[in-house]
Amino acid sequence: MNRAWRARNHPAYWAFLVHRLSGLALAVFLPAHFLVLGQALRGEAGLEGALRWTDSPLVKVAEIAIVVLLAAHLTGGVRMLALEFLPWRDWQKSLAALAAGATVLFGLAFALALVGGG
Amino acid sequence: MKGVGPTTPAASQPPLLEKEGRSSRGAVRAEVLLWLAQRASAAVLGIAVLIHLATMSYAVRGGISAAEILARTRGSLGWLLFYGVFVLAVAVHVPIGLRTIAQEWAGWRGAGLDVIVVAIAFALLALGWRAVWAVCA
Repeated sequence: MNRAWRARNHPAYWAFLVHRLSGLALAVFLPAHFLVLGQALRGEAGLEGALRWTDSPLVKVAEIAIVVLLAAHLTGGVRMLALEFLPWRDWQKSLAALAAGATVLFGLAFALALVGGG
Repeated sequence: MKGVGPTTPAASQPPLLEKEGRSSRGAVRAEVLLWLAQRASAAVLGIAVLIHLATMSYAVRGGISAAEILARTRGSLGWLLFYGVFVLAVAVHVPIGLRTIAQEWAGWRGAGLDVIVVAIAFALLALGWRAVWAVCA
């Protein structure tokens, strides 16, 4: 393992990478999300037509993935704000673990609601 | 006294140095403002995303339909304002984040990047507010 890789192989680096990649994925997803919702300008039928392709199992998996990415970006952002604005403490790993735990929690809650129904 | 007076090299170029200093101060101020805007929008988004995640998890139970979504949002000033502010924060936050990624990972800097970043901000704002209007108005 070279030195550059060893320096990066730390929970703080992985938290940074997850935050950045999830942000990038959300930036790509957002215009499509807005365009789908914009179909409501053509009335209820317009939006319904755009929503029906979300019935496909593949799209459902993609929906869960995007919600996990959103939760990961949210918790990673809260971690970053805590590091920047709260007094420094030796809690880098704890914050990263908290962010990861909260992400899994949000993802599971959404997946259960989506697949399990009401 | 040597080195002092209007004939020294430094004294012969004050307008240029002054101009450079001013533009560099302006660039630093712009970076500070962007950093602040990124954090302020992140704080707004933190709350908005939490509400959005909770609403989505509630709304998708038993399947999602246009009728159900629109029954909840149409004519609601509360949702219109909430999602209007949400989109505004997104339109501030996303382009600044993309600018940072372009600078750090692609080494891209300069006016060209800033023009594209501003264009992305306005495109997101227009598309987002159009969607909010479509669903809430």
